[in-house]
Amino acid sequence: MDFLIFQIPILMVQASIDGILLGILFALIAYGMALQWGVMNIINIAQGELVILGGYIAYFMYVIGIHPAFGIIVSPIIMYFVGWSLYKLVINRVVDRDLFISILATFGISILTQQLMNFAFGSDVVIAQSNFGTTMLFNYMVTIPNSKLFAAVVSIIFAILLVLYMRRSKLGRAIRATAQNPRAAKILGVDTEKVYAATFGINAALCGVAGSLIAITFTLHPYVGLPYTVRSFMIVIIAGLGNLPGVALSGMGLGVFEEFSDYIFGTEFRIAAVFLLLVFILVYRRFKLSRKREYLK
Amino acid sequence: MNQKAILYLALLAFGIAVPFMFPAYKLQISIMWILVVLSLTWDVQGGQMGYNTFGNIMFFGLGMYICSSFQIGIFFPLAEWTASGGEKTFIHTPTQFFQGFFIGIIFAGIIPALVAAIIGYGILGLRGHYFAICTLGLAIAAGELAGGIELVGAGQGMTSPPWPKNIGDTELRSEFFYYICFVLMISTFLFLRWAYTTRFGLVLNAIRDNEDKAEAMGINTMRYKISGWVVSAFFVGIAGGLMGNMIGYIEPVETAFAGRTFGVFMVVMAILGGKGTLWGPVIGAIAFHIFKEGFWTFFLGWQYVALGALIVIVVIFFPEGIMGWLREKYPDRFGEVIDEEDRKAQVELK
Amino acid sequence: MGAILQVDQVYKYFGGVKANENISMTVTQGSITGLIGPNGSGKTTLFNSIVGTHPIDKGSIKFEDKEVSALPVPAVAKLGLLRTFQQTRIYGKLNCIDNMRISAKPSRDNLFSVFSAIPNELNDKAEHLLSFVGLYQKRKLRAGDLSFGQQKLLELAMALMNEPKMLLLDEPTAGINPTLINGIINRLIKVNEEFGITLLVIEHNMRVIMSLAQHIFCLAHGQLIANGKPEQIKKDQRVIDAYLGVQ
Repeated sequence: MDFLIFQIPILMVQASIDGILLGILFALIAYGMALQWGVMNIINIAQGELVILGGYIAYFMYVIGIHPAFGIIVSPIIMYFVGWSLYKLVINRVVDRDLFISILATFGISILTQQLMNFAFGSDVVIAQSNFGTTMLFNYMVTIPNSKLFAAVVSIIFAILLVLYMRRSKLGRAIRATAQNPRAAKILGVDTEKVYAATFGINAALCGVAGSLIAITFTLHPYVGLPYTVRSFMIVIIAGLGNLPGVALSGMGLGVFEEFSDYIFGTEFRIAAVFLLLVFILVYRRFKLSRKREYLK
Repeated sequence: MNQKAILYLALLAFGIAVPFMFPAYKLQISIMWILVVLSLTWDVQGGQMGYNTFGNIMFFGLGMYICSSFQIGIFFPLAEWTASGGEKTFIHTPTQFFQGFFIGIIFAGIIPALVAAIIGYGILGLRGHYFAICTLGLAIAAGELAGGIELVGAGQGMTSPPWPKNIGDTELRSEFFYYICFVLMISTFLFLRWAYTTRFGLVLNAIRDNEDKAEAMGINTMRYKISGWVVSAFFVGIAGGLMGNMIGYIEPVETAFAGRTFGVFMVVMAILGGKGTLWGPVIGAIAFHIFKEGFWTFFLGWQYVALGALIVIVVIFFPEGIMGWLREKYPDRFGEVIDEEDRKAQVELK
Repeated sequence: MGAILQVDQVYKYFGGVKANENISMTVTQGSITGLIGPNGSGKTTLFNSIVGTHPIDKGSIKFEDKEVSALPVPAVAKLGLLRTFQQTRIYGKLNCIDNMRISAKPSRDNLFSVFSAIPNELNDKAEHLLSFVGLYQKRKLRAGDLSFGQQKLLELAMALMNEPKMLLLDEPTAGINPTLINGIINRLIKVNEEFGITLLVIEHNMRVIMSLAQHIFCLAHGQLIANGKPEQIKKDQRVIDAYLGVQ
C-alpha cells in the first residue's frame, strides 16, 4: 500500500482524533434527526440547511464583531423560532401523512433555504475565526485546533442538557409520551400540536448549536447542507431511533471513516464516500434482513 | 374511440409542425419533450409502482457521458479530447458525426439499463423512504464520482462533438435534434401506454397498493420492479445522451447528474400532473415547463426559491395532481360506476 | 384421502416469546379444517410459518409431500397454497376487476412474460367470481372504496381466481355484518365442495367454525392443546379452560 496514512502511522492518530471530534458534532445533529423522526414520524431533508443557517448566525456575529463562540447561545434561540415557524407554516401539514410527502416537502424547503442563504451571505466559502489556538500532541506530530475540542465539549454538554430536559421537564415527558403513542397522549390531554411544534423547534435549536460550532471549526457554504442531512440519516439508521449511546458511537464512527477516507481516496471524494457508505449500509441491511424474509421498516 | 384518434393525430401534427410554427422556440420545445420523457419514466417508479426515486437522474447523467464518450471515443482518443482545449484539434466529418451519434445513443440506452438491472436487485429490495434516500445518495455519489474521473474531464466536464459545419447551419442542427427528441418522447409514451395494458402495468400497480399481498398471491415482485427500472433507465439514458448533444457541454453536477434541476423537476412534474396515470406526467411536464420558461425571467435570481416553494405547495396542497383532482371530481368519467344490472351467480370453475 | 398439508413439530420464537412450540397437525385433502384458540395463541404465526412469511426455527412443513418451510412467500403461493389476511389486503387504488385479473395465475411466468398481455377470458372469469361473492355490481369501483366486509369478500374472490389447491383463511367472518355470515358459510362450503379447494380456517366465531369444519385444532399459549371433531372439541375440558382462562 502506498497510501500516505499507512506509511506514517501517526497520521492515523491524527485522523482518529479529528474523526471523533467531528463525529460528536454529527451525533448532535443526528440526535435532532432522531428526535423529530421518532416523535413526529417525518424525515427532514432540510436538516442540513438548518445547520448551515445556524452557522451563518454565528458567522454574522463574527462579522459584526462579536466573538462567534457566543453563537452557541444566540443561534439556538433564533433557530428555535425558525423551527417553530417552519412547523406552523409547512411541517404541521405533513406530520400525519406518508413519509415521502415529508421528504419531498422538506426537500423543497431545503432548495428554497439554500438560495435565500446564498442571497444573504453570498456563495463564498466562509469561516468564523475563533482564535482559540491549537494544541500539539506527540512532539508536534498531532495538531488539534482548540476550537474542535471546544466544539466537542459544547456538543456533549448540550446533548446531556437535552437528555435531562427530556427526563425531568413536563414538556419533555409530553414529547416522550407523544413519541410512543400520539393518540393515547392526545386522549390523556397532551396538546400534541404544541408538542410537535416544540420538538421541531428543539431540533432546529440543536442544529443551530451544531451550525455555530461548524462555523468556528470548519467552513460554511450555502450548498453544503445535504451531506449533513445524509450523515444524520445514516447515523440514525445505524443506531436506531431512541438509542442515544448508539447515536454517539455511530456518529464518531462516521467521523473517523470520513477522515480516513480523506487520506485514502482523497478529499475530493469525501462526499462521494459518505453517500456511497449510506448506499452500502442500506443494501447490506436489506440483504441481511431478507435472509429472515423481512425488510427495513 | 374516434375522438381519441383525432386527439392523437392532432397532437402528432402539432409536434411535427412546431419547428415551422415556432422556429424561435425549437430548443425550448425539444427540452420540453425531454422533460416529458423524464416525467413519464419517473412515474413508472414513483407513480405506478409507488417507489419514490430520486435516483433516475443518475441514468440521465450516465447516458449523457456514455453517448458523448462513444461519439468521440470511436474516432479519436478520448483523453486528449477532454484535456483542456482538446476538442479543437479533432473535427468529426458528417458521416463520423452521424455514425457516432447513432452508436452513442444506442449505448446511452443500453448501459444505464444494464446498470439498473445490476444495482436494482440490491436497491429495489428497500422500501418506502429507505429507497428514496438510498437513490438520493446514489445520484449524488454518481455526480461526485464523475467529477473525479480525469478521462471524462473531471470537474471541468467535457464538450460533446459539435455539429459538423459543412452540412448545414445551426437551424438544421436544432431541427435535427428537435425531431429526435420528439420521436423519443412519442416512443416512450407509446411504449408505456402499451406496457401499462400488459401484466407489467397491473403488477406495478399491485406492488404500489400492497406489495406483501402481491407476493402472497405468488407474484415475483422483484422481477417486475427491476424490469420497470430497466425500462426507465433505458429511456432516461437516451434522453441524457440527446440532452448532452443539444447543449453541447457536459458538466458533472450541473448538467449531467443535475439533481438540483432535472432530478427535482421530474418528481415535481409527475406529481403536478398526477402520478400513477399515463397522461398526468405528460400534462405535468408541459405545464411545468411553460410555467418555468414563462416565469423564470420574473424570478431572476430567485428561481430556486420559486422552485422550492412550488414543490412545497404542490406536495402539500395538490399531492394527487391535475389528473388525480379530475378523477376525484368526475369519478364516472374514469369508469368508476356502480353497475345496477345484476348477474346471475354462475360458478363453472374447473 | 391423503394429507395435503403436514406440519411437523414446528417451533417459532420471536426473541424470547414462544409463538409456536412443537406444533404438529395434518390437514386432509379436500377437507375443511378449523384452527381455533384464544387471542395471542399463535394461530396467525402458524399461518405465516406455513406460507413462508418468516422462516421457522425448527420442524418441517410439507405441502403435497414437498418441504415448503424454506421457500419464500411467492414460491409457496405458486405451489397452490394461498392465504387471506385478518386485516384485509387488497389493491386499494385498482378497481375490483383489475384486482381479480392480477390475481389469476399467469399461464407462463418467466422473465419474458413480464410484458405478456392479460387474456380476455379472465374478465369473464373475474365477473363470475365477483358475482359469486356478490360484488358484481361494484366491480368497476376502486377496491379501496368498498366497505371492510366487501373487501373481505373481494379478497376471497381474488384467492379463488388464483385456483389454489388449498386456502388458508384468517378469520373470514370477522367484521362482517352478522346477517351475511350464513351467506359466507354457504359460499365457503361451496368453494370446498364444488371447486375442490381444501380449507384451513382460523375463526373466533364458534357457531361458524362448528358448522363449517370437519376437524378442529385448538391452540393455546403457542401449543396445540386439543384436536378432534367439532363435537369433541366443544366438550373438551382443556379447550374450555383455555378460552375461559382457567389455569
